Amino acid sequence: MEKIFQKLSLSSATLVFVLLIGIFITLYSAAKPAIDEFGLHFIINPDWNKEIVVETPSLRADTVANDAEDDAIADEDDMILDEDDDEMLLDDEDDTVTKTIYGGLVPIVGTLLTTIIALTFALPIAMGIAVFLAEIAPKNISYVVGIAIELLAAIPSIIFGMWGLYYFAPIVADLVGGYQVSLLTAGLVLGVMILPFMAAITRDSMNTTPAVLKESAYALGATKFEVIKDIIFPYSKVGIIGSIILALGRALGETMAVAFLIGSIFVLPKAINDPTISIPVAMANNFGEASGLGESALFYLALILFIISFAVISLAKFYFLKKAK
Amino acid sequence: MPVMKIKKFSFTYSGVEHPSLKSITLPIEKNKITALIGPSGCGKSTLLRSMNRIHDLYPGNKYDGKIELLDFETGKYQNILEIKKENEFIELRQKVGMIFQKPTPFPMSIFDNVAYGLKIAGIKNKSELQDRVEAALKGSALWKEVHDRLDKSAMGLSGGQQQRLCIARAVAVKPEVLLFDEPTSALDPISTGAIEELIVELKKDVSIAIVTHNMQQASRISDYTAFMYLGDLIEYDKTENIFLNPKEKQTEDYITGRFG
Repeated sequence: MEKIFQKLSLSSATLVFVLLIGIFITLYSAAKPAIDEFGLHFIINPDWNKEIVVETPSLRADTVANDAEDDAIADEDDMILDEDDDEMLLDDEDDTVTKTIYGGLVPIVGTLLTTIIALTFALPIAMGIAVFLAEIAPKNISYVVGIAIELLAAIPSIIFGMWGLYYFAPIVADLVGGYQVSLLTAGLVLGVMILPFMAAITRDSMNTTPAVLKESAYALGATKFEVIKDIIFPYSKVGIIGSIILALGRALGETMAVAFLIGSIFVLPKAINDPTISIPVAMANNFGEASGLGESALFYLALILFIISFAVISLAKFYFLKKAK
Repeated sequence: MPVMKIKKFSFTYSGVEHPSLKSITLPIEKNKITALIGPSGCGKSTLLRSMNRIHDLYPGNKYDGKIELLDFETGKYQNILEIKKENEFIELRQKVGMIFQKPTPFPMSIFDNVAYGLKIAGIKNKSELQDRVEAALKGSALWKEVHDRLDKSAMGLSGGQQQRLCIARAVAVKPEVLLFDEPTSALDPISTGAIEELIVELKKDVSIAIVTHNMQQASRISDYTAFMYLGDLIEYDKTENIFLNPKEKQTEDYITGRFG
């Protein structure tokens, strides 16, 4: 019995790693053609789905093969039939093809910027809510507001998207000017979405501050504000960073709400209220009709999103949590 | 001359009908150690926690009577139960410090821990802060052990050191009264001995009230002892009288270990 239990829990834990590695391998192999084609230049190339005329024949693998064959045949037949010139002309026509290139800069920038806007908007408000719930509000009010916050966290993202598009975006556009669908509106609605998470987790970790620790600060003559600033915040730092990490994860990957609000065009934003696109939205919008290299490029984007999320979260985890200790 | 006079003080916790303290009258003598003893639930901690009104962090408690604190400058007594404003609370708690059952180092460096009370009292001058932190740590017999790691986190100290750090922190703001709420119950015998010595040393400068479960401790260090039972003050006298010659039967039964 003991052994079975141990094995079960061990295999559950292993499953996480298997899944993580499995997803990475799948993404990588599907993205391989695009990676081979565009390399790391993909990340800084702002053109998506752009047709260009390729003149150098060596770029196309199959042409190169044909050329080699043709050359071989030509060499053999050279002395008998002098058709060399004609063949060269034909080859030239074949090699001048139009080719579609894909670059990921616009969605990458869009993803990072919406996330940054969402965090800068949500972080101070979430801290305010958490402090209010944990320290200032009377118990019954804290309870009711706490439930409201948790309900807010449970609203499906598409509802946030619709609400954002029809009610929130016009207000933002009135206030700031520019387009209704833009980086700013997408970022703000994203901020509203991650707000309840951060507030709820931060409140929970603030509530773990031992009462006696707060009492000893009060007993030295500290005010409520000083206790919150000097005792509760440092004490619950780890939980607060945890809440930011979770919120980051959600903000980076959020698709539906952002799809409603970001404008979904592959153009680099020049101002905060310009429309653009994010990685998840690019994938959701283009997967249906994508094939071949386009599909592979979307997988390349997915791989980049995977790596960004992974890097941001491990950075936050290892850097800040180490510091917190 | 008592530094605090508790007069007919009754206390009822929020949401409870029965009072936890019933008409307690007790002086806290100046530059003496007053021990509050009694079995669990007798109200000794409740009484101690009323003396700096730390109870008021949790609303809804009811009290009656008076707790008067001597103002050293004017020589008059002020009823601390009348305090309502935050700045008056701050003033009270700077005059009446408190040490808790478990050591409560703040999540900051050793220096910042001791300097904390001074900083929030508005002292910004660095050399003054340094001097007072050093004096407080020396006064708490901690200076030798920590002088070379003042910038390290206070969490790295041992339990006994942490408790002495908390005492240094409370002493640094130069209080008139220090309240100890079972300060050694989480410590080993050696640390306990060090803290006891320290408390006796401190009575030169401050008046002390200490709640303890440990009767030997009360007899070792205190000058006066109050025995409480079920919210009543049964007997208050000089410590030697309480332990050698108690007037009340209940006191005798308790200190001889027959109940409690």
